[in-house]
Amino acid sequence: MISTTMKLGGGGKATNDFIKNYIIKYFGNVYLNELRDASKLMINGNISFTTDSFVVKPEFFPGGDIGKLAVYGTCNDLAVSGAKPKFLSLSLIVSEGYSLEKLDKILNSIKHAVEEIDVKIVCGDTKVVERSEEPSIFINTTGIGELAVDLNNYNKINIGDKVIITSDIARHGLAVLSERNELNVDTEIISDCCNLYKIFEHVGYDGIKFARDATRGGVAAVLNEIKEHCNKGFLIEEDRMPIEESVKYLCEFLGFDMLEIANEGVAVLICENDRADEIVLKLKELEIAKNASVVGEVTDCEKVLLKNIYGGLRVVEMPDGNLLPRIC
Amino acid sequence: MEMISKFRDKDIVKRLLDNIYKESKADKIYNIMEVCGTHTMSVSRFGIRGLLPKNIRLISGPGCPVCVTAQGEIDMIFDLLKHNDVIVAVYGDLMKVPGSDGRNLLELKAEGKDIRVVISPLDVLKLKNEQKKDIVFVSIGFETTNPATAGLIDTIVSQNLNGFYVLMLNKTMPEIIDVLLDDNELDVDGFLCPGHVSVITGESLYLPIIKRDKAAVITGFEPVDILYSVLEIIRQINSKNFYIKNNYGRVVNSLGNEKANKLVDKYFELADSMWRGIGVIKNSGLKIRKQYKYLDASERFGLRPSDKSEIDGCKCGEVLKGKILPNMCGLFGLACSPENPVGPCMVSSEGACAAYYKYEI
Repeated sequence: MISTTMKLGGGGKATNDFIKNYIIKYFGNVYLNELRDASKLMINGNISFTTDSFVVKPEFFPGGDIGKLAVYGTCNDLAVSGAKPKFLSLSLIVSEGYSLEKLDKILNSIKHAVEEIDVKIVCGDTKVVERSEEPSIFINTTGIGELAVDLNNYNKINIGDKVIITSDIARHGLAVLSERNELNVDTEIISDCCNLYKIFEHVGYDGIKFARDATRGGVAAVLNEIKEHCNKGFLIEEDRMPIEESVKYLCEFLGFDMLEIANEGVAVLICENDRADEIVLKLKELEIAKNASVVGEVTDCEKVLLKNIYGGLRVVEMPDGNLLPRIC
Repeated sequence: MEMISKFRDKDIVKRLLDNIYKESKADKIYNIMEVCGTHTMSVSRFGIRGLLPKNIRLISGPGCPVCVTAQGEIDMIFDLLKHNDVIVAVYGDLMKVPGSDGRNLLELKAEGKDIRVVISPLDVLKLKNEQKKDIVFVSIGFETTNPATAGLIDTIVSQNLNGFYVLMLNKTMPEIIDVLLDDNELDVDGFLCPGHVSVITGESLYLPIIKRDKAAVITGFEPVDILYSVLEIIRQINSKNFYIKNNYGRVVNSLGNEKANKLVDKYFELADSMWRGIGVIKNSGLKIRKQYKYLDASERFGLRPSDKSEIDGCKCGEVLKGKILPNMCGLFGLACSPENPVGPCMVSSEGACAAYYKYEI
């Protein structure tokens, strides 16, 4: 097996060959091909700027891999901020001994993702670190997008606004856990990892006041974060929450709260009350949002509350960051 | 899945609630204890407390295995890791429980200690062990999980496997039920008896309850199960006719699981056990039989539970005995929260304090 060695990240011939034979081969474009110290870019108007690091293990999981995730993750952050993703940086940190075949597969996956989103990789870096345990790969991407409308302004949120969830929830977290063999159950759950910019391309921004993607910490974390900043609350309804039956029952079996499980292709949209149903109808025309649903509304109670099918209410707390299966 | 949805049916829940409102007497307070932690979580998660008449009080009992584990027992896990280079396998709920020094297993793992989360004891046999270190499974639980630990020991013994040990912190139900019944301060009229435990024990475990003129209803974990059992308890209290009712017949056989009990008997014997906030209860725990002592981690690594008491102000014991509601503890939501727990009741996914903090409005 051909694998990475320290010389690949050493800055000499091996680094240059890697850039030529892998990076330029996959991501070459007018900006990157110049191989300047810093790329010269042209952007008109306001920009959105964000960064994220990806350390998912295992790096390949049902429905995606760390490469796809590194592109979608950062571009989705731009998309839900109201920006069209334009440029990305790509930094790889690989430990010595990491299979070049796997690295090639990841780069190929990144190539497909950037082509789909129509974003360009314009700079990057590769470092090789000493192997301490199983060889692994970490990826950092930083993204710049052209801001069309500010979807992160908490002041726009009003009591009575509706909350839309754009897709069924909890698939990504369970797909990764099952691939790690941590669940000890056979599942066919596939990550929802996808390009959320498609949503805004298709639906536009009219009637949408605020957006955020529900990644780590799931829907529970997003609603609690928004609650903290806008001093309002949410009332969401359990039977309106889109979730696959098999995912729902697996969550219950393991003692996980479906609202706390990570997603990669789910956006929470806060919309004008009278536009919400129309937005959901439009969303449902997209494959990635076919399960979109109005799940609740903004309230004045400064808590995130979940109403179950019997009318019982419970608090949805900010998750504490650890997904641990229960005993029995 | 279809089977479960029947037990969540909105119309059946409504009918049961109507009957509960109709049949409960407005001038009487019905104190009902849910012994099992999973019941406590279900009650909170489905918002059942808020759906019931105000005079029906659901009180959490000592049914969460993590919560009842004494501080001195928890500290044994920390001592084991401190003095030995071993792999420690635990159930997920234990990862956040603090030792006496305030640190938890998540922190120790981050410092480099080899701690692995398992879902089933048999997962222990599959752990990657490149360093060829001894593996210690920390076994906690009641009758529900005791057979699974026995199953692990059975595999180790029958396959003559080396390097596997079990730290037994398991407890049993009958004695704690007696303790509750003997407590004059505890005012409980009926018990929602634990479904999972009953699968193993059968119905006879609850005879002492009805002998004291209190209702005993074996209950599943879905809203229909719980409400149907609450209604049954109200009926028994109103008629003063107390008997063991098995409302979880789809899973619980009246005689229990003979095979599982035999396996438990083969490897374990009763031993005195220390309960958090309650103290030592005679014959309320399990230890590995002499014959298989070589698999006992406490023998192999010289571990003994200290008599460390709980952190000042922690009222887990009072909560476990149903004497106070979680939010009546002075630390609740202030010094003690799921992110910064003082006691295991705030940590475990079956813990009463966690259920209140997480779900109750």
